[in-house]
Amino acid sequence: MPVPPRAGIPADLLEIPMIKRNLTAYGFMCAALICFTFFAWYPIVHQFLLSFQQTNFVTEAEWVGLDNFRTVIEDPAFGTAWLNTLAFTGLALLCGYVVPFVVALVLNELRHCRAYLRFVVYLPVMLPPIVGVLLFRWFYDPGPGLFNQILDLFGIPGLAWLDSTSTALISLVIVSTWMNLGSATLIYLAALQNIPSDLYEAAELDGAGLFRRIRFVTIPQTRLILLLMLMLQIVATMQVFLEPFLLTGGGPENATVTVAYLMYQYAFVYGGNFGAGGALGMMLMFVLLAFAAVQLRLTREEKM
Amino acid sequence: MSDLMTKPRHTSPAGHRGTPRRRPKKPIPSHLRTLVSPHQLNSPWGRRIYWAVLVTVVVSFTLIFVFPLYWMVTGAMKSGEEIAQMPPTLWPAAPTLDAFVEAWELFDLPTLLRNTGFYALGAWLFTMIVDVTAAYALSKLRPVLGNVILGAMLATLMIPPMVVLIPTYLVAVEMPVFGWELLNTPWAIWFPAAANGFNIFLLKRFFDSIPRELIEAAQIDGAGPLRILVSVVIPVSRPILGVVSIFTVVATFRDFVWPLLVLTEDETMTISVGLSQVSNMVTQNALMAGLVVASIPTIIVFFFFQRHIMAGLTAGSLKG
Repeated sequence: MPVPPRAGIPADLLEIPMIKRNLTAYGFMCAALICFTFFAWYPIVHQFLLSFQQTNFVTEAEWVGLDNFRTVIEDPAFGTAWLNTLAFTGLALLCGYVVPFVVALVLNELRHCRAYLRFVVYLPVMLPPIVGVLLFRWFYDPGPGLFNQILDLFGIPGLAWLDSTSTALISLVIVSTWMNLGSATLIYLAALQNIPSDLYEAAELDGAGLFRRIRFVTIPQTRLILLLMLMLQIVATMQVFLEPFLLTGGGPENATVTVAYLMYQYAFVYGGNFGAGGALGMMLMFVLLAFAAVQLRLTREEKM
Repeated sequence: MSDLMTKPRHTSPAGHRGTPRRRPKKPIPSHLRTLVSPHQLNSPWGRRIYWAVLVTVVVSFTLIFVFPLYWMVTGAMKSGEEIAQMPPTLWPAAPTLDAFVEAWELFDLPTLLRNTGFYALGAWLFTMIVDVTAAYALSKLRPVLGNVILGAMLATLMIPPMVVLIPTYLVAVEMPVFGWELLNTPWAIWFPAAANGFNIFLLKRFFDSIPRELIEAAQIDGAGPLRILVSVVIPVSRPILGVVSIFTVVATFRDFVWPLLVLTEDETMTISVGLSQVSNMVTQNALMAGLVVASIPTIIVFFFFQRHIMAGLTAGSLKG
């Protein structure tokens, strides 16, 4: 618990005179200030400037007004990228937000194998993402890939997975869910364990059945975590890049182009159009900031 | 947080015994009252449902989360023909480590592993020095504008690194003011690793909770700020330092997009980037062998530091 500051004494190291204390403090902080300035604060400002500039690193950067925004908006892939990103976020939330909560509810009821189940569900989260992605790329192989072989076992015709416009995006959602489900599950589990048991007892005495207990005890008691996780997951899934980059390359027929992927393409593939990439990054940043602001507000409200 | 870290306790069998007297069974332990009441749980039907659910969950979890890894490991032990065979074999006909040997040379795994290990350890050391001193200054020295700086550091958490990828990359190409080129140097990894608002948040919150008396006692003994940091604050903060250390090492090891951009030469690549670069040019079994090698370090870390990782995870969710 933070110690409440005593009246008139602002610091813990109270014997040190004001000027010396500040000098020491800034001495201690200078390395962190350099790191944050160049790798956290300046990039945010630079992103803003970049989106209104045309740079090629040879001549001086040129101000081009809204040209970069016009370039990206007129790109036929622009609309597709946003739609795909929204579809990916929606599907990933369906799998990655609802499922972990149900899994956590069940896990919390179990009295055996708890350590094993917790370990196993978090295992994919620990693996380097490249491992999960390349492993699933093999599973999705329409020929000897695991998934079609399993379907074959049940006599179901195989799917084209990543090669078909209709299944490519959902295939990416599956990989992403497999890799990330564990952290949400464990966070919910911790929240569920903090629910006081007398609430359940009281609800039961009032005659509430299982589902009513979930509805009127569990969900209200975990409301804050549920809201926070919703925002965190929206922010995390809207910047999806790795899966389309490694599995589909945006294809087939732009079915898996996402905003972050398009941004990367502009900057590092289409001959270094950092301005257009920056403009796209700006748009994504504002959308994500809006969600972050909602999240912050919700946390504040909850605390009051 | 603490609940995750405690082992399931055993309850006294005298508790709730819902089963008929004739067949005394070991009751399902129910020290913690959850959704289902102990009475319901230990009724004849409750027991049946409980065991059915338990078996279903254990089997499906194993199939969903362990079987893919089993497939990866056995795939790496199959021959080139066997891995492409339809239908596949559940267990390799003639298990061999040839694919590992092939991958070891083809991917130049020793170099990749050495690079990644070096980046991860360096990132850990650098992050520790930078973030611990900063959090200490913010918590215990409380300088002018300290809260503004803290707020600005925490605010960066709201902007995921992916959306500012391009301007951050440009900093690595040429760091303003200093004019350093960081591409293909370890500093391209270490600087951004230390600029982590979440570390600052965790450390500062922990330092805030260190009792004032401890610091005052050291001060009366004539210790200066640095001395207090080294011999009082750091020793009592071992739990949080553990969490931050593991997070930093694991995050550096797992990172992909950033090293892909800034460490592009064969001699400086990380294992994730190295594997992705050649993934289209090698046989499936060699690729699986490479993936197994890349997974082993993280699995070992997870195995030994499970509690720290899970504690850090729940601490993270309660931020804000």
